[in-house]
Amino acid sequence: MSTTEFKESIATALNNGNLTGALGRFSEAYRISRAKAYEGIDFEVVRDQIEAIKCSASSRFEELAEQFKKNAEARGAKVFRTSDPAQVKQYILDLARSKGVKRVVKSKSMASEEIHLNKALEGAGMEVDETDLGEWIIQLAHQTPSHMVMPAIHMTKEEVATVFSQEVEEGQMPDIPKLVKFARAKLRPKFLQADMGISGANIAVAETGSLVIVTNEGNARLVSTLPKIHVAIVGIEKLVAMVKEIMPILTALPRSATGQLLTSYVSIISGAVPNVDGSPKELHIILMDNHRSDMAKDPMFKPALQCIRCATCLNVCPVFRLVGGHVFGKTYTGGIGTILTAWFDELKKADDIQGLCIQCGACVAVCPGKIDIPGLILELRRRLVVEKGQSMTMKAIFGVVNNRRLFHSMLRMASVTQKPFTSGRFIRHLPLFLSDMTEFRSLPAVAPSPLRDTIKKIVQPKAKEKVAFYAGCLIDFCYPEMGESLVKILNKANIEVIFPDDQTCCGAPARYNGAYETAAGNARDNIKALLEADVKYVVSACPTCTVALKHDFIETFKSLGITDAMAEAEKLSAKAIDFSTLVKKLVDEGRLTFKEGEDLGKITYHDSCHLKRTLKASEEPRELLKKAGHELTEMFECDICCGMAGSYSIKLPEISAPILERKLKNIKETGASKVVMDCPGCVMQIRGGLDKDGAPIHAEHTAESLANRFK
Amino acid sequence: MNAVFEAFKTRAEAVSAEVHRFKTREEGLTFILGFLKDAGVSDAPECGAVWAAGTFIDGAAKDDLKVKVPGICFDITQAASAASKVGISQLDWAISATGTLVQDASAVDKRLVSTLPPIHMAVIGTERILADMGSVLEKLRPEQLNYISFITGPSRTADIERVLTIGVHGPERLIIVVVDELQQVTA
Ligand code: SF4
Ligand code: SF4
Repeated sequence: MSTTEFKESIATALNNGNLTGALGRFSEAYRISRAKAYEGIDFEVVRDQIEAIKCSASSRFEELAEQFKKNAEARGAKVFRTSDPAQVKQYILDLARSKGVKRVVKSKSMASEEIHLNKALEGAGMEVDETDLGEWIIQLAHQTPSHMVMPAIHMTKEEVATVFSQEVEEGQMPDIPKLVKFARAKLRPKFLQADMGISGANIAVAETGSLVIVTNEGNARLVSTLPKIHVAIVGIEKLVAMVKEIMPILTALPRSATGQLLTSYVSIISGAVPNVDGSPKELHIILMDNHRSDMAKDPMFKPALQCIRCATCLNVCPVFRLVGGHVFGKTYTGGIGTILTAWFDELKKADDIQGLCIQCGACVAVCPGKIDIPGLILELRRRLVVEKGQSMTMKAIFGVVNNRRLFHSMLRMASVTQKPFTSGRFIRHLPLFLSDMTEFRSLPAVAPSPLRDTIKKIVQPKAKEKVAFYAGCLIDFCYPEMGESLVKILNKANIEVIFPDDQTCCGAPARYNGAYETAAGNARDNIKALLEADVKYVVSACPTCTVALKHDFIETFKSLGITDAMAEAEKLSAKAIDFSTLVKKLVDEGRLTFKEGEDLGKITYHDSCHLKRTLKASEEPRELLKKAGHELTEMFECDICCGMAGSYSIKLPEISAPILERKLKNIKETGASKVVMDCPGCVMQIRGGLDKDGAPIHAEHTAESLANRFK
Repeated sequence: MNAVFEAFKTRAEAVSAEVHRFKTREEGLTFILGFLKDAGVSDAPECGAVWAAGTFIDGAAKDDLKVKVPGICFDITQAASAASKVGISQLDWAISATGTLVQDASAVDKRLVSTLPPIHMAVIGTERILADMGSVLEKLRPEQLNYISFITGPSRTADIERVLTIGVHGPERLIIVVVDELQQVTA
């Protein structure tokens, strides 16, 4: 797909009210049904087990595949192992030819879609019918699945009725029970007449040669029972070592995929069974590699093989629910789909779609395979940049960012002129305010004096205890008042705040754009600047910056194989702390005391992605705000991304804007006159959105809300 | 046993299965025959009932049953199953945690009667209800059995507009007949 086509496909999706409406409602209902399905189950325990099982399996695919083959063949199956999709197709074609197969029925197999099997079989003159209702619908509509679990979620009943009328039999009405009955009636004879059944499998057990197939409709039972030949196409990532290991997977898969305790049917097929006429069934199992073992050899991407294809990462994704699956490509969709496409198809194919991930981390918290999807997408981004180089604009920008003096003097200059001096391709913590992308939110002006100047004018207690303040570009140059509030609060606890002048951009913008060398340069400069002072903590009031200090510096070094600065990066990581966590600590230790009897009115709180999901702080700011005297009313979806995500709002404003719109709606519905958050980037996005919107709601940083609340 | 049964019933009903419990085999049989009659099972075309082997039915006077409800067939073929209204089979184990029935389904007749007719009646002894999947997998072992089926409620889909619809390719009704005095000697 070219970039223009890609942008067009996004526009088409966004303009499809049916699609965004259906996905939006689904994502809301999904959260509830998932939570209910997991009642009484410790999700963390289950996913730890899945991670361990799948991680161990992917470390020894070769061994497990051989063991599977041996055991399944001992029980009457034929097992064909190949790494090449072309050979999979050839094997099935040869088999079909030798047995005179004319009709094929299929139950869902994403592996078969990955290799475009239907086309090959139809090309050889066979009649191939998908039997999973959703798959049948999209087959008839000549489309591709838009969701890994619900392939036709993008279609309305009216569209389905039209497809049935046009492709099967005229006169179908948009009545769901009738459409389902129609499908049953039309597919039944196909099952009864088919010569070959093709299925996938959800799990393959090496110690017994078993396939575990999970369905709700019952089509896999028919596909594996009625035709005399059953072919199962199984990606080797489905292998597990032992029977008992299927249990955690079967605990999570239905709960996560559809909010069920168990699907209607689970079949464990471990060998050939008799056919309806008493003859022995021909059971062929194709273990397909197609780059899976390459992936297993890449330590960064190996965890992606822990995926159980539950599609949770699609269901909770704020971007997916706006654009749906087709934007992502033909087989695998959503965040994990981006990663799988890059490997099973080719890295280049992920070039555009990797940019869709807003890096909010919502999927990481609920992935049963414990996969760091946004982390892997960043790594894809980095590799793509390595492969094809950074664009000229980006190069120019990062050239500036890599030179602190130049960068800061440009920022200072901007405060005087407030005029754009580049084409405006800037990023969170960078002079985003120079961009002219102000359609959906107003942008802040550069402060007349940066925090690095104003902080020197604050008279601080000469305390024994000192902390270093890492401001980050936004607070330093746009919102110095947030930093001043932080100083005020820590001073109350008798802590002196020092501001190492050599601190520079945290490198997040470069890292999130795949410019790891720049990010590493930023990391080195900051480590040097921040470790110079002898302090217990390095505090930041920007969660993205805190994540950079705590995790990203290390990760960037790891990716680039930099070892010389690792020890220092770890030292800094141990000292880094976010504002709310530090203040909460000081309150708990009795070093900060709230003024009493304050009634500060109703507020609502927005969870910033990095604070909640990477730094795991969500109760801390809430507790502080309540203790200070605020009445906290929670908004709907309080922890869903506001759509800011740095350069994302510039590269994909068409997606950022509707995400912000939802956020503003949820804020307004609380009736609060103030929305508080811990991230200056979120303040910029939400304050700007509220300003454009004209809503009389004030957005501010928790530090500002708390500045005058301590004795 | 009652608590286990109740837990099973609650879970099974939550996924639209119908659960009936009887003390004796006779009572269970009477219920099934009554149900077949009410469902319109007869020897007319497309109105049959296919009944797969199992300890519940094996000792019964099958010819008498055929007289009582014409249309019952004990010779399971694909054609007979595809033309039947009701399929009846005995299940081996059940899981209370999820309302699931489990069966060694290696014999093809067991799968035919539980997949093709629109109604599936599943007979099981009360003492065969176990707590969880792990307990069942110790009784029905994939290392020994070539086809194990887990059935949780009737066939369902939500593929059109996510609206839950019962009865796609498999049965649209699952009627579970739980019998206290049923000695099951199967696996
Ligand atoms: S990546 Fe995780 S959440 Fe997404 S489909 Fe795979 S297992 Fe499910
Ligand atoms: S990190 Fe957020 S945007 Fe990216 S795939 Fe996960 S849920 Fe979607």
